[in-house]
Amino acid sequence: MRVLLSILVFLCALSTAAAQNTKIGDLLIASPWARATPGAAPTGAVYLRIENHGAGGEKLIAVATPVADSAMLHTNMMNNGVAQMRPVDGIEVAAGATAELKPGGFHIMLMGLHQPLRKSDVFPLTLTFEHAGKVEVQVHVGSVGATGPEN
Amino acid sequence: MRLHRITIAIGSLCLFAIAAIVLGWYQTEYSASGAQSPASIGGPFSLVDENGNAVTDRTYRGKWLLVYFGYTFCPDACPTALNAVAAALDALGPDAARVQPLFITIDPDRDTPAVMKDYVAAFDKRIVGLTGTPQQIAAAAKAYRVYYQRVGSGSDYTMDHTVLLYIMDPDGQFSGFLAHDLTASQIAGKLKSLF
Repeated sequence: MRVLLSILVFLCALSTAAAQNTKIGDLLIASPWARATPGAAPTGAVYLRIENHGAGGEKLIAVATPVADSAMLHTNMMNNGVAQMRPVDGIEVAAGATAELKPGGFHIMLMGLHQPLRKSDVFPLTLTFEHAGKVEVQVHVGSVGATGPEN
Repeated sequence: MRLHRITIAIGSLCLFAIAAIVLGWYQTEYSASGAQSPASIGGPFSLVDENGNAVTDRTYRGKWLLVYFGYTFCPDACPTALNAVAAALDALGPDAARVQPLFITIDPDRDTPAVMKDYVAAFDKRIVGLTGTPQQIAAAAKAYRVYYQRVGSGSDYTMDHTVLLYIMDPDGQFSGFLAHDLTASQIAGKLKSLF
């Protein structure tokens, strides 16, 4: 009985882990996460990691989600202590390389959230790659103070 | 005709002189901001707190201030900084009572007192959100040598803004600033070293 339970727990853990990593072609999209939004803030940011295990370069060129009016690829550049958030036309992932979308750098900006993001929410996000095409991932919402994926 | 020429010459000289004076003033201002001498950072401000009350820099005398300029539409840099401040307060324990973090918006068009209150409370209720008229915000930002600029148009505009965390001592004097990407323990450690 105990063994069976352990196996069940293990399988559940595996499926949870699998839900946070998505493969498309030679790409692995790992741990998409967002912070819960403070107050009624109409914007949010999604972070994730893209591993390119293929022999050719890739580029994330578009993002979309039903939870916000728009989703855009952004970067945050620092210039003499001034943060400059700017849209980018794509995020390159060279062959064998990993692109990290994380606080203070590349991120997916959500504008016009239909409702606040709350801790433990899960919502879909569609990523479009130049070569691999479209893939849907599930974004897990952590606490307002999250500094990385919490699940 | 001759008189006309003399008028033009005198007019040109005047313009040149004015340009020289303005340029000189600008360079003085510019080098002062570059030098960031303690006396030139911080200073008087008149703003409105998250409950709609008028406040000034004197309101917070007696406490160490952690001053950060940002805006609530900001999805990345501002939450990261406010999270670090909130965690630093936790790390300070009882000493956190000696510190007053202020989050001053540089986007007063969107950030009303109610919006500010809602926003900062999500990070830590000990952080106070301040807003004001565009003129009040401009004056406060100038006092702290904070740069801000609206980018884009329509309702989805964003703001470029200085992301330093300023430390003011209990007498309201500039004590130092911290880079935006410092961790909570680094912020708490810096404050403890100053107490």
